[in-house]
Amino acid sequence: MAHYEIFVTYKRGIFDPPGATAARALDSLGYAEVESVKIGKYIRLEVADGPDELTRVREMCDKLLANPVIEDYRIVEAEGPVSAG
Amino acid sequence: MRFGVVRFPGSNCEQDVVIAARYLGFDVGYVWHGDTDLAGFDAIVLPGGFSYGDYIRTGAVARFSPVMAEVVRFAERGGPVLGICNGFQILTEAHMLPGAMLRNRGLKFICETVPLRVEPSVCQWVGVPAGTVVRIPINHNEGNYTVDAETLARLEAGGQVVLRYCEPDGTRAPGGSAPNGAFDDIAGICNERGNVFGLMPHPERVVDPEANGTDGQSFFRAIVERMAAV
Repeated sequence: MAHYEIFVTYKRGIFDPPGATAARALDSLGYAEVESVKIGKYIRLEVADGPDELTRVREMCDKLLANPVIEDYRIVEAEGPVSAG
Repeated sequence: MRFGVVRFPGSNCEQDVVIAARYLGFDVGYVWHGDTDLAGFDAIVLPGGFSYGDYIRTGAVARFSPVMAEVVRFAERGGPVLGICNGFQILTEAHMLPGAMLRNRGLKFICETVPLRVEPSVCQWVGVPAGTVVRIPINHNEGNYTVDAETLARLEAGGQVVLRYCEPDGTRAPGGSAPNGAFDDIAGICNERGNVFGLMPHPERVVDPEANGTDGQSFFRAIVERMAAV
Protein backbone atom coordinates (compact mmCIF):
# COMPACT_ATOMS: atom_id res chain seq x y z
CA MET A 1 0.00 0.00 0.00
CA ALA A 2 1.32 3.40 -0.96
CA HIS A 3 0.22 6.72 0.45
CA TYR A 4 0.02 9.93 -1.50
CA GLU A 5 -0.75 13.46 -0.44
CA ILE A 6 -2.01 15.77 -3.15
CA PHE A 7 -2.06 19.55 -2.83
CA VAL A 8 -4.28 21.35 -5.36
CA THR A 9 -3.82 25.11 -5.74
CA TYR A 10 -4.85 27.74 -8.25
CA LYS A 11 -2.38 28.43 -11.02
CA ARG A 12 -0.41 31.66 -10.87
CA GLY A 13 -2.58 34.52 -12.11
CA ILE A 14 -5.89 32.84 -11.30
CA PHE A 15 -7.85 34.86 -8.77
CA ASP A 16 -8.50 32.90 -5.57
CA PRO A 17 -11.65 34.34 -3.94
CA PRO A 18 -11.38 32.45 -0.60
CA GLY A 19 -7.65 33.29 -0.36
CA ALA A 20 -8.27 36.99 -1.08
CA THR A 21 -11.02 37.08 1.53
CA ALA A 22 -8.82 35.40 4.14
CA ALA A 23 -6.02 37.90 3.37
CA ARG A 24 -8.39 40.82 3.97
CA ALA A 25 -9.69 39.25 7.17
CA LEU A 26 -6.16 38.68 8.51
CA ASP A 27 -5.28 42.27 7.69
CA SER A 28 -8.33 43.54 9.59
CA LEU A 29 -7.25 41.38 12.56
CA GLY A 30 -4.00 43.32 12.63
CA TYR A 31 -1.75 40.85 10.80
CA ALA A 32 -0.43 43.48 8.43
CA GLU A 33 2.62 41.32 7.62
CA VAL A 34 0.50 38.91 5.55
CA GLU A 35 1.20 39.68 1.90
CA SER A 36 -0.99 37.04 0.32
CA VAL A 37 -3.04 33.97 1.13
CA LYS A 38 -3.71 31.08 -1.22
CA ILE A 39 -6.27 28.49 -0.28
CA GLY A 40 -6.26 25.09 -1.92
CA LYS A 41 -7.30 21.50 -1.39
CA TYR A 42 -5.64 18.60 0.35
CA ILE A 43 -6.37 15.11 -0.92
CA ARG A 44 -4.99 11.90 0.53
CA LEU A 45 -4.91 8.65 -1.41
CA GLU A 46 -4.16 5.09 -0.38
CA VAL A 47 -3.19 3.11 -3.45
CA ALA A 48 -2.51 -0.58 -3.91
CA ASP A 49 1.10 -1.18 -5.01
CA GLY A 50 1.56 -1.41 -8.75
CA PRO A 51 4.20 -0.84 -11.43
CA ASP A 52 2.95 2.48 -12.83
CA GLU A 53 1.43 3.76 -9.62
CA LEU A 54 2.70 7.35 -9.75
CA THR A 55 1.81 7.72 -13.43
CA ARG A 56 -1.71 6.63 -12.63
CA VAL A 57 -1.96 9.02 -9.66
CA ARG A 58 -0.89 11.85 -12.00
CA GLU A 59 -3.54 10.75 -14.44
CA MET A 60 -6.15 10.84 -11.66
CA CYS A 61 -5.12 14.42 -10.90
CA ASP A 62 -5.29 15.50 -14.55
CA LYS A 63 -8.62 13.82 -15.16
CA LEU A 64 -10.60 14.46 -12.01
CA LEU A 65 -8.89 15.68 -8.85
CA ALA A 66 -7.60 18.94 -10.36
CA ASN A 67 -8.74 21.05 -13.29
CA PRO A 68 -5.61 21.76 -15.35
CA VAL A 69 -7.29 24.85 -16.83
CA ILE A 70 -7.09 26.69 -13.50
CA GLU A 71 -5.23 24.48 -11.02
CA ASP A 72 -1.78 23.06 -10.36
CA TYR A 73 -1.16 20.07 -8.16
CA ARG A 74 1.74 18.65 -6.21
CA ILE A 75 1.99 14.97 -5.33
CA VAL A 76 3.94 13.97 -2.25
CA GLU A 77 4.68 10.31 -1.69
CA ALA A 78 4.44 9.58 2.02
CA GLU A 79 6.31 6.81 3.85
CA GLY A 80 3.31 5.47 5.68
CA PRO A 81 -0.11 6.65 6.78
CA VAL A 82 0.22 10.42 6.64
CA SER A 83 -2.13 11.25 9.46
CA ALA A 84 -4.63 9.63 11.73
CA GLY A 85 -8.15 8.94 10.53
CA MET B 1 -38.52 18.82 -32.42
CA ARG B 2 -38.04 17.27 -29.00
CA PHE B 3 -35.91 18.63 -26.13
CA GLY B 4 -34.13 16.17 -23.85
CA VAL B 5 -33.35 17.40 -20.34
CA VAL B 6 -30.61 15.43 -18.59
CA ARG B 7 -31.15 14.44 -14.96
CA PHE B 8 -27.97 14.02 -12.95
CA PRO B 9 -28.05 13.04 -9.27
CA GLY B 10 -28.42 16.48 -7.67
CA SER B 11 -29.94 18.28 -10.65
CA ASN B 12 -32.77 20.47 -9.38
CA CYS B 13 -33.83 22.70 -12.27
CA GLU B 14 -34.75 20.01 -14.78
CA GLN B 15 -38.47 20.35 -14.09
CA ASP B 16 -38.28 24.11 -14.68
CA VAL B 17 -36.86 23.44 -18.15
CA VAL B 18 -39.54 20.87 -18.91
CA ILE B 19 -42.30 23.21 -17.73
CA ALA B 20 -40.84 26.11 -19.75
CA ALA B 21 -40.58 24.00 -22.92
CA ARG B 22 -44.16 22.76 -22.52
CA TYR B 23 -45.38 26.31 -21.86
CA LEU B 24 -43.92 27.28 -25.23
CA GLY B 25 -45.65 24.31 -26.82
CA PHE B 26 -42.53 22.21 -27.39
CA ASP B 27 -42.15 18.48 -26.93
CA VAL B 28 -39.76 17.57 -24.13
CA GLY B 29 -38.62 14.59 -22.09
CA TYR B 30 -36.10 13.60 -19.45
CA VAL B 31 -32.80 11.84 -20.13
CA TRP B 32 -31.26 9.77 -17.33
CA HIS B 33 -27.56 10.39 -16.59
CA GLY B 34 -26.89 6.68 -17.06
CA ASP B 35 -28.42 6.59 -20.54
CA THR B 36 -26.16 6.11 -23.52
CA ASP B 37 -28.68 6.76 -26.26
CA LEU B 38 -30.09 10.16 -27.22
CA ALA B 39 -32.17 8.85 -30.12
CA GLY B 40 -35.40 10.79 -30.52
CA PHE B 41 -34.04 14.04 -29.08
CA ASP B 42 -33.23 17.05 -31.25
CA ALA B 43 -31.76 19.34 -28.58
CA ILE B 44 -30.19 18.51 -25.22
CA VAL B 45 -30.36 20.65 -22.08
CA LEU B 46 -28.04 20.19 -19.10
CA PRO B 47 -30.03 21.82 -16.29
CA GLY B 48 -29.04 23.68 -13.15
CA GLY B 49 -28.53 22.12 -9.77
CA PHE B 50 -25.77 20.57 -7.71
CA SER B 51 -24.83 17.46 -9.66
CA TYR B 52 -22.99 14.98 -7.44
CA GLY B 53 -23.14 17.48 -4.59
CA ASP B 54 -20.66 19.77 -6.41
CA TYR B 55 -17.94 17.58 -4.89
CA ILE B 56 -14.34 18.08 -6.09
CA ARG B 57 -15.47 20.95 -8.35
CA THR B 58 -18.86 21.92 -9.79
CA GLY B 59 -19.57 19.64 -12.74
CA ALA B 60 -16.34 17.66 -12.30
CA VAL B 61 -18.04 14.34 -11.58
CA ALA B 62 -21.10 14.80 -13.81
CA ARG B 63 -18.91 15.12 -16.88
CA PHE B 64 -17.97 11.45 -16.47
CA SER B 65 -21.60 10.30 -16.37
CA PRO B 66 -22.30 7.72 -19.10
CA VAL B 67 -24.65 10.12 -20.88
CA MET B 68 -21.95 12.76 -21.33
CA ALA B 69 -19.95 10.73 -23.88
CA GLU B 70 -23.12 10.66 -25.97
CA VAL B 71 -23.76 14.40 -25.41
CA VAL B 72 -20.23 15.08 -26.74
CA ARG B 73 -20.94 12.98 -29.87
CA PHE B 74 -24.34 14.67 -30.28
CA ALA B 75 -22.67 18.11 -30.16
CA GLU B 76 -19.92 17.03 -32.57
CA ARG B 77 -22.61 16.07 -35.09
CA GLY B 78 -23.95 19.63 -34.72
CA GLY B 79 -26.76 18.82 -32.29
CA PRO B 80 -27.78 21.79 -30.15
CA VAL B 81 -26.74 21.61 -26.49
CA LEU B 82 -27.69 24.13 -23.81
CA GLY B 83 -26.00 24.16 -20.40
CA ILE B 84 -27.70 26.29 -17.76
CA CYS B 85 -25.83 27.18 -14.56
CA ASN B 86 -24.58 23.78 -13.31
CA GLY B 87 -25.03 22.66 -16.92
CA PHE B 88 -22.59 25.39 -18.02
CA GLN B 89 -20.16 24.28 -15.30
CA ILE B 90 -20.41 20.70 -16.64
CA LEU B 91 -19.74 21.91 -20.21
CA THR B 92 -16.52 23.67 -19.12
CA GLU B 93 -15.38 20.65 -17.09
CA ALA B 94 -16.05 18.44 -20.12
CA HIS B 95 -13.99 20.87 -22.25
CA MET B 96 -16.96 21.34 -24.54
CA LEU B 97 -16.58 25.04 -23.76
CA PRO B 98 -13.33 26.80 -22.75
CA GLY B 99 -12.53 28.36 -19.39
CA ALA B 100 -13.55 27.40 -15.86
CA MET B 101 -15.64 28.59 -12.93
CA LEU B 102 -14.32 30.02 -9.69
CA ARG B 103 -16.18 30.87 -6.49
CA ASN B 104 -18.09 34.14 -6.70
CA ARG B 105 -15.85 37.11 -5.90
CA GLY B 106 -17.64 37.98 -2.65
CA LEU B 107 -17.92 34.28 -1.62
CA LYS B 108 -21.69 34.73 -1.48
CA PHE B 109 -24.31 32.61 -3.18
CA ILE B 110 -26.07 35.11 -5.46
CA CYS B 111 -29.76 34.84 -6.24
CA GLU B 112 -31.12 37.84 -8.15
CA THR B 113 -32.49 38.91 -11.50
CA VAL B 114 -29.80 40.71 -13.47
CA PRO B 115 -29.56 42.65 -16.73
CA LEU B 116 -27.58 40.96 -19.48
CA ARG B 117 -26.51 42.27 -22.84
CA VAL B 118 -26.83 40.02 -25.87
CA GLU B 119 -23.51 40.25 -27.72
CA PRO B 120 -23.01 39.78 -31.46
CA SER B 121 -22.34 36.04 -31.67
CA VAL B 122 -22.65 32.89 -33.76
CA CYS B 123 -24.80 31.29 -31.07
CA GLN B 124 -27.67 29.26 -32.54
CA TRP B 125 -29.68 29.67 -29.33
CA VAL B 126 -30.03 33.45 -29.69
CA GLY B 127 -33.14 34.91 -31.27
CA VAL B 128 -32.89 38.61 -30.42
CA PRO B 129 -30.65 41.28 -32.00
CA ALA B 130 -27.20 42.03 -30.55
CA GLY B 131 -27.41 44.86 -28.05
CA THR B 132 -30.72 43.72 -26.61
CA VAL B 133 -30.76 43.86 -22.80
CA VAL B 134 -32.59 40.94 -21.17
CA ARG B 135 -33.35 40.38 -17.49
CA ILE B 136 -32.80 36.83 -16.28
CA PRO B 137 -32.24 35.41 -12.77
CA ILE B 138 -28.89 34.07 -11.66
CA ASN B 139 -28.67 31.61 -8.81
CA HIS B 140 -25.18 30.30 -8.08
CA ASN B 141 -22.09 30.19 -5.90
CA GLU B 142 -19.55 29.38 -8.63
CA GLY B 143 -20.26 31.64 -11.58
CA ASN B 144 -17.05 33.60 -11.58
CA TYR B 145 -16.00 32.64 -15.09
CA THR B 146 -12.31 32.71 -15.81
CA VAL B 147 -10.41 32.26 -19.04
CA ASP B 148 -6.90 33.15 -20.19
CA ALA B 149 -6.43 36.29 -22.31
CA GLU B 150 -5.46 34.33 -25.42
CA THR B 151 -8.60 32.20 -25.30
CA LEU B 152 -10.75 35.26 -24.63
CA ALA B 153 -9.31 36.94 -27.75
CA ARG B 154 -10.21 33.81 -29.72
CA LEU B 155 -13.73 33.79 -28.25
CA GLU B 156 -14.20 37.45 -29.14
CA ALA B 157 -12.89 37.02 -32.67
CA GLY B 158 -15.07 33.97 -33.26
CA GLY B 159 -18.27 35.58 -31.95
CA GLN B 160 -18.42 33.10 -29.07
CA VAL B 161 -19.14 35.56 -26.24
CA VAL B 162 -22.94 35.43 -26.16
CA LEU B 163 -24.06 37.23 -22.99
CA ARG B 164 -22.44 39.78 -20.71
CA TYR B 165 -23.54 41.11 -17.35
CA CYS B 166 -24.31 44.81 -17.78
CA GLU B 167 -26.01 47.82 -16.22
CA PRO B 168 -29.77 48.24 -16.75
CA ASP B 169 -29.11 50.54 -19.74
CA GLY B 170 -26.85 47.99 -21.43
CA THR B 171 -23.54 49.69 -20.64
CA ARG B 172 -20.80 48.01 -18.64
CA ALA B 173 -19.53 49.59 -15.43
CA PRO B 174 -15.80 50.52 -15.51
CA GLY B 175 -15.11 48.21 -12.57
CA GLY B 176 -17.16 45.41 -14.12
CA SER B 177 -20.89 44.70 -14.04
CA ALA B 178 -20.71 41.02 -13.11
CA PRO B 179 -22.09 40.51 -9.58
CA ASN B 180 -19.99 37.33 -9.30
CA GLY B 181 -16.72 38.85 -10.58
CA ALA B 182 -16.79 36.96 -13.89
CA PHE B 183 -13.88 37.85 -16.15
CA ASP B 184 -14.80 40.52 -18.71
CA ASP B 185 -18.43 40.35 -17.44
CA ILE B 186 -18.94 37.06 -19.28
CA ALA B 187 -22.25 35.34 -18.47
CA GLY B 188 -22.57 32.99 -21.45
CA ILE B 189 -20.41 31.60 -24.24
CA CYS B 190 -20.79 29.19 -27.13
CA ASN B 191 -18.51 26.89 -29.12
CA GLU B 192 -17.15 27.77 -32.58
CA ARG B 193 -20.16 26.35 -34.41
CA GLY B 194 -22.59 28.06 -32.06
CA ASN B 195 -24.57 24.89 -31.30
CA VAL B 196 -23.21 24.43 -27.76
CA PHE B 197 -24.23 27.26 -25.44
CA GLY B 198 -23.47 27.62 -21.74
CA LEU B 199 -24.80 30.38 -19.51
CA MET B 200 -25.02 31.03 -15.78
CA PRO B 201 -28.44 32.77 -15.84
CA HIS B 202 -31.63 30.68 -15.89
CA PRO B 203 -33.70 31.52 -19.01
CA GLU B 204 -36.18 28.73 -18.19
CA ARG B 205 -37.32 30.74 -15.15
CA VAL B 206 -38.48 33.70 -17.24
CA VAL B 207 -40.66 31.96 -19.80
CA ASP B 208 -44.09 32.02 -18.17
CA PRO B 209 -45.15 35.69 -17.70
CA GLU B 210 -46.73 34.72 -14.39
CA ALA B 211 -43.23 33.98 -13.13
CA ASN B 212 -41.22 37.18 -13.44
CA GLY B 213 -41.05 37.84 -17.15
CA THR B 214 -40.62 36.40 -20.59
CA ASP B 215 -37.03 37.29 -21.48
CA GLY B 216 -36.05 33.62 -21.49
CA GLN B 217 -38.49 32.59 -24.20
CA SER B 218 -36.39 33.71 -27.18
CA PHE B 219 -33.56 31.26 -26.48
CA PHE B 220 -35.81 28.20 -26.72
CA ARG B 221 -37.77 29.60 -29.65
CA ALA B 222 -34.58 30.47 -31.54
CA ILE B 223 -33.25 26.92 -31.52
CA VAL B 224 -36.63 25.46 -32.50
CA GLU B 225 -36.91 27.88 -35.43
CA ARG B 226 -33.36 27.17 -36.50
CA MET B 227 -33.89 23.41 -36.37
CA ALA B 228 -37.11 23.77 -38.35
CA ALA B 229 -35.27 25.79 -41.01
CA VAL B 230 -32.45 23.24 -41.48
